[in-house]
This record gives sequence, C-alpha cells and structure tokens, in this order.
Amino acid sequence: MHNRKEKALIFELSRPGRVSYSLPELDVPETDVAAMLPRHLIRETPARLPEVSELQLVRHYTELSRRNHGVDNGFYPLGSCTMKYNPKLNEDVARYPGFAQIHPCQPEESVQGALELMYNLQQELAVITGMDAVTLQPAAGAAGEFTGLMMIRAYHESRGEGHRNKVIVPNSAHGTNPASAAVAGLQTVTVPSDERGLVDIEALRAAVGPDTAALMLTNPNTLGLFEENILEMAEIVHQAGGLLYYDGANANAILGIARPGDMGFDVVHLNLHKTFTGPHGGGGPGAGPVGVKKLLEPFLPKPVVAKREDGSFYLDEERPHSIGRVKGFFGNFGILVRAYCYIRSMGPEGLKQASENAVLNANYLMRRLAKAYTLPYDRVCKHEFVLSGVKQKKLGVRTLDIAKRLLDFGYHPPTIYFPLIVDECMMIEPTETETKETLDEFAEAMLQIARECEETPEIVQEAPHSTVVKRLDEATAARKPVLRYQPQEA
Amino acid sequence: MKYRYLPQTDQDKREMLDTLGIASVEELFNDIPEQVRFKGELPIPPALSEVEVVRHFAGLSRKNANFSTHVNFLGAGVYEHYIPSTVNHMLLRGEFFTAYTPYQPEISQGELQAIFEFQTMVCELTGMEVANSSMYDGATSLAEAVMMAAGHTGRKKVIVSRAVHPEYRAVTATYARGQGVELAEVGVDAQGVTDLAMLKAAVDDGVAAVVVQYPNFFGCVEDLAAIEPIAHEKGALLIVSANPLALGILEAPGKLGADIVTGDMQPFGIPASFGGPHCGYFAATSRLMRKMPGRIVGQTKDEDGRRGFVLTLQAREQHIRREKATSNICSNQALLALAAAITLSALGKQGVQEMAMMNLQKAHYAKRMFQERGFQVAFDAPFFHEFAVKLSKPVAEVNRKLLEAGIIGGYDLGRDYPELAGHALLAVTEVRTKAEIDRLAEEMEAILHA
Repeated sequence: MHNRKEKALIFELSRPGRVSYSLPELDVPETDVAAMLPRHLIRETPARLPEVSELQLVRHYTELSRRNHGVDNGFYPLGSCTMKYNPKLNEDVARYPGFAQIHPCQPEESVQGALELMYNLQQELAVITGMDAVTLQPAAGAAGEFTGLMMIRAYHESRGEGHRNKVIVPNSAHGTNPASAAVAGLQTVTVPSDERGLVDIEALRAAVGPDTAALMLTNPNTLGLFEENILEMAEIVHQAGGLLYYDGANANAILGIARPGDMGFDVVHLNLHKTFTGPHGGGGPGAGPVGVKKLLEPFLPKPVVAKREDGSFYLDEERPHSIGRVKGFFGNFGILVRAYCYIRSMGPEGLKQASENAVLNANYLMRRLAKAYTLPYDRVCKHEFVLSGVKQKKLGVRTLDIAKRLLDFGYHPPTIYFPLIVDECMMIEPTETETKETLDEFAEAMLQIARECEETPEIVQEAPHSTVVKRLDEATAARKPVLRYQPQEA
Repeated sequence: MKYRYLPQTDQDKREMLDTLGIASVEELFNDIPEQVRFKGELPIPPALSEVEVVRHFAGLSRKNANFSTHVNFLGAGVYEHYIPSTVNHMLLRGEFFTAYTPYQPEISQGELQAIFEFQTMVCELTGMEVANSSMYDGATSLAEAVMMAAGHTGRKKVIVSRAVHPEYRAVTATYARGQGVELAEVGVDAQGVTDLAMLKAAVDDGVAAVVVQYPNFFGCVEDLAAIEPIAHEKGALLIVSANPLALGILEAPGKLGADIVTGDMQPFGIPASFGGPHCGYFAATSRLMRKMPGRIVGQTKDEDGRRGFVLTLQAREQHIRREKATSNICSNQALLALAAAITLSALGKQGVQEMAMMNLQKAHYAKRMFQERGFQVAFDAPFFHEFAVKLSKPVAEVNRKLLEAGIIGGYDLGRDYPELAGHALLAVTEVRTKAEIDRLAEEMEAILHA
C-alpha cells in the first residue's frame, strides 16, 4: 500500500525568505526604476510564487515524480499512443549545446549542423512514408492534421475548386480528425465501418462528390485493422476529385512494410513522439511533421529547409503559394533531434523489425486475452487491437473498473471507450519494446481480473486499492472548478 | 544486427508464433495487399551503434555556433536565461518524461499536481483568474486566443498591433484563414508602441478583440491602461501576449483589464533549442473559462475525501466536441510546463523580481553605452530588455563580422519592417556581463567605422 498522505502543494511549503536560485550581483550602474518605467506600469504586488530551499524543491518534485507512472516504471499499453521506450541516448543528444543552445534567428551559416539535421530528417521521413516533400513545422499530430487540411484547401482553391469543403472520416476516426477539419474551415462527413471493422466501401462511394475535399484515414485504423481496400478507396476519392489524408498515429505498424505514399495517400502526418520515440513528457511536447506528394509541395508551410548546389543549407522563405506559418520558427526542433537520433540508431532493418515486433506482440497478446474478453473483430491485427468488456458488463463490472483494477497490478490501463463504435472498448497497444514476459504477466493480470469479475466483482468495482488516491470525483471537479491554488490571506 | 530497443529473441518469437498457430511473422501482414507492400529495404542510412551516434551528432552539433561558444545578444521572442541545475535533474526523471497525458489520475497525481501548480503560477504572473496546462508555443497560443475571442463574441474581425511578433502574426493569420476570421493591423508610432489614434479608429462594434504584445516586439512597453478602454468601449476583448519574465516587474495584464493573456514560458527554464520545443501559456478571466482551448487540471477529492487532481472541463475539448470543436489541440507542451514550474519554484517570489530587474538594468545600461558611442536608438518608449539600434551598414553584414568576433548579434528588423531596415534589435538578459556589453558596443563601433 502506497503512502496515502496528501502531498503538500509547493505553495504550502513556502516560507518567506527561502530561495533556491543563485543570480550574480548586478555589475552595471543601477538606475532608479521610476526613471525607466511609468509608475502605473510598474508591478504593484509581486506574484505570490513559492519560496523554498533547493532541497525542498528537489524533494517536492521527486515526490511528485513518485506519484506518476511512465514507461520507465512499467507496461503502458495505451492504444493509439505508442508508449514505447524513450531512449536515454536521445535525451543526451538533444541537450548538446550545439542543439539546445542555438537561437532560431542566428545567421544561417552559423547553424549549418542544425539545418543539415533537419534537411536529412525531411528526406528520410519522405522515404519512410513514400512522399515527395516534408515540413517539420507542426508541433504535434493535431497541428499536422490542421496543416495538411489547410494545404488540401489551398490546393483545391488553386484549381478553382474552393467549394470543396467536405472531409470524409470513418466513424472509427480519432477525435482530432473532425476537430482539425472544423478549425481548417471544413465540414465533416462520417462514413460507417462494415462488420469487419473496415470502412464501408459502398458508403464511401455514396459519400464522395463534387464537394469532397479529402478522405482522412488512419491505416491501420483505430481498431488495429489494415484497410485492405485502400487502393479502391483511393481510387474512389481521387476520381471524385478529392485527396487522401493519412493520419500517422498508427504508423508504428508499417515502417518499411508499406508506405502511405504507395497506398495512394497525398498527405501524411507522423507523430514523432509516438512512432519515433520522442518522449510523451506527460502530454507533450510532440512533433507532427507532414509529408506531401508533389502536387501539394507548393503549399507547404514556410520556411522549408533546402540545400544549395554547393552543399550548404538554407531556409527557403520564397514560397508564394505557401499556406504560411503554423508554428513559431521551425517546429519542435528538440523533438526532431530525438527522432532523427532514433532513426539513425535503428536504420532501415531496425525500423522494419520494430514494426514487425510491434505487430507480433499485439497479435500474441490479443490471442492470450481472447479467451476471457470479447474480441469484436477476430482476425489478424496490426500494432494494436480492441477488446470489448461486454461479458464483464453483464456481471456488473464496467470497462472503467477493469482499467482501475489494472492500476493495482502496476500497469497503465489501455485506452478505454475508444473507438466509439465498440461497446465497453479497450484498445491495447503493447509496442515492440516490451518483452514476452511482460506480455505474459499482463495477460495473467487481465485473466485474473476477468475471474474476479465473476467471483468477487466488488474487488474490481472498488479498485484501485493501492494507489496514492482512490477514484476521484470528476463530476464535482467540472461543476465547481478549482483550477488554481488560493493562498490563505494573512 | 542486434537492436537494444527490441527484446524479442528468436526463441520468444517461435513461442509467440506457436501460440498464434502460424509459421512466420510475415503471415501477420497477409492483409496488406501485395501492390502496396514495400519491396526491399528503405533507402535510408544503415543503423549506427551508440558510439557512432554520439560521434555523428556531436559532429553536427559542433557546426552550430551556440551560447557556449559565442556571446549572445539575440532575443526577438527567444531568450538566453539562467536555468537552475535542478530543472534538468527533475525533468529527466522518467516518471515525468515517459508518461502520457494524465488520463488515469490515480497514477498521474504527480504530473497533475505539477500542472495545477503551473496553472497557479501562470495566474499569479499574469493576474488572471484561470490558466490552462500549456499550448505549443507563444505564437499558436496567441492564434488560439484570437480564435476563441471570435467564437466568444460572434464577431469575425480582430485588430492586431504591428508591434506583435511577426511570426506570431503569421501563425495567427494561418489559423484565421482556417476559421474565416479577418485580421487587420494597426501601426506603430514614433515612440515604438502601438499607435493609439490608429487603434481607436480601427476598433468598431464588429471587432472581436484587440491584440497587443507586452513588452512589444521592439522591447517597448505598451500602455495597457490606455489600450484597455479602446477595446472594451466597443465590446471587444483585450488579448495581451506577454513575456512572463517581464511580469516580474511590469504590472500584471490582468490588473490592467486584459481578458486573455498568452505568451511563451521559454524564459523560465526552457532552452532556446533553435526555436522549440518551448511552452505556450494561456490565461483568461473566469467568465471565459469554459471557452478555453487545451487541457485544464482541476482540484477535487477522492472517495475518502483526500485532495487530488484530474483533467477537467473536458467537454470543451476536441475528443468530445469533435466536429463542433473550435480548437483541435491535444498534445501540448506538458514537459516544458513542468520545466517552467520548476524554474518558477526555484526563482520564487524574490527571484523572478530580481531577475526581471537585472534584465531591465542591464538592457538600459547597454542602451546608454550605445548612445554614448553615438549610435541612434530607434525608439523612446519605456522598454524592458530589448532595444533597436540603427546601423550604418546592413545588419546581416555586421552580424557576420560579429560572429567572427565570437558574438551573436541582434535581430535584423528590416526582415519584417522595411521602414526599419538597418536596425538591429538587441536583447540583454541577466546572463550578460558588463564586460560583454561593453565589448559588443566596441566591436559594433569598430565594424561600422571599418
């Protein structure tokens, strides 16, 4: 049992006069502030920030870290999030002064190494995805989606077809797809999935038309299933004058095995923080580069990193058809460094083996769990699969309970209640970096929980039993929001 | 070749394939049509060992002039500051950096509490009532604020000061095209701040928001007290993009009537890193709380009445609203928000004021040095830690010479403001010494007179 004492906020540790910083003495002649700033713009009351000693600070954040679960702590089969190992080497490399301590506005000749790295990463991501050109600017997957859709819009407008404003998404799509369409000024049309878990081809055929801007698709889809009819789907969309957008959240299944570009996709985003080991950092930073086919290249965000004939690198700002900027500067460079470090560590064979092992791990775990849980789509999966807790629901145990019970075993639960088309859904993605032993232990835990659902359901319903807090009252949190600490006024 | 990130042995694979009743891994890919299968090996360079990776990347990194090889006076939205050693040690704890978004609060209390504390710090600095858990960067945070203001007011036009960071304006323009929001710019007066007469003329009943930067791109401090009534008289919101370090000494925008305050936490513990990852912040008045983009952490209680933290107000977010969403952000910059929170804890109440004061003092000293040497300084408005000097030679040429002298020179304002061609924007932070400032002035004088 973990210590269930409440953890103090750093503000509650604060005592006036304590510091944990060390700044040099001011070495220039001091000027009166009133002579530099107008009185009404000088801060009247200081921000009430904590005052703690350095050891207090270290203990506070160390204790907070102990109340958190990461991939380094244990298995994290969170579907669609690709919680693979984040190599320590990447962290070292990203912190080299020549990467971490360079300014984005330095003269180009003084940052040739950084530009070379970005250029090579652009090239290699293009090869990996089967695309012609890549922008590294988008800060995350959702930003990549927005970028890709804005390029698709610009493409249609350039052809006098600005009326194309419908984006088709399957009902299994990530929630970001329709949201990204909305912020790009496009409307969503949802197409159903068939009984095999794939896009219903006839429904797609009926959905396309003269207003189709694009089809957004994850392949393998969020059920972990490969859209086998992808070439036919591509033809349907292209013939209707639309383009195909590849949501790369699930790219970990196909590296070196199949490329979106060869499937007929015109735009691809990748989540470098998923497939290419950028750490998730508790929710970010990510990086969401976007690859495009030739026809969309003129619309890429600017600047693009380019190479001169003399071998030097530069930032190409002269792009009259560009959709503009989607982020300050050139993207989340530090994440690009980590991803490139991973690609160079793995090489072509390593990347392919990673995908193969991810798919092997997923299929093995799926088979082991199929005895106790409902497998809504009983066929080969790719890097992830979905289970349904409908059997357990009949016993009065919900998927949420199963997820909470997994916490007692030291596991992060799968993604739950997504995709929306599967009742009591659990979406499980083990990734390639987990051992067979870990998969077996997890399977045993899941099987034990299934037995508990039958024999002692209250153990599952009342879980977790071993965490620092029990289940939290989320309804009150939303109804009466407390979003910040309020100091007690003296 | 053996891959250290791939644990499955041949024996493991055989056992797993036996369980699946198949003979080879290849069979797991039979559902991928032959026509789309990639044949052969991806034409990318072969794998490198750890030793070779270090050599390769160290080589690339050494081609970059950086803050450890050169003395830096570049700012323009990205600054070199003191980062306490504790920050990196805490960040590198795998429990933080290898965790996902805290969707399972019982095993994510550490991250959730750290973000709750971060939100509190953002509120304290900005003087606002609520803050979210972070945005991608200052530019996208501002863009989202503009979209939110348009959504909240139902008005489709936003007035942006030309003294707002050029890249922030460019990103906002891209977002605005997406959602059909019209942007109009107002110019800068001779003092270097937003022209209030022009602003007043531009704001009418159809304007959703007025956007200014504080201090602005030229380093000058906008008079928010004078701008606030211009926006509010017409029912427009006041959006302020603020450098959070400057708020150690400048009055909080919330106190001066701002409705939304955005910016980048980069000055607090986040390396320049060639422009990212940094950490956008987003704060607002409580009446706008349910319109805010991004993830928000709230305090609650567990079943035993113990204090705990959860992601809250999720009905606002993209995965619930889907096609009705006004923002699509999900991944944010949580790890950098943690870096900022640790730094703000380390600096604390006194350190933030002291550091802001040092920036102010050193930059003013630098400005005097340049003036004493006969340089013309572009603007007279009160400023924080950046100022523009006029050069008699092209800025790019001067910067090339400075680089040879081991100095990273200022930002070439002519890139974005044709009327300011030949002006360099210099940033002087607490890490610069008097001797370095003196040397910059000397070197620049020598270059211009050469």
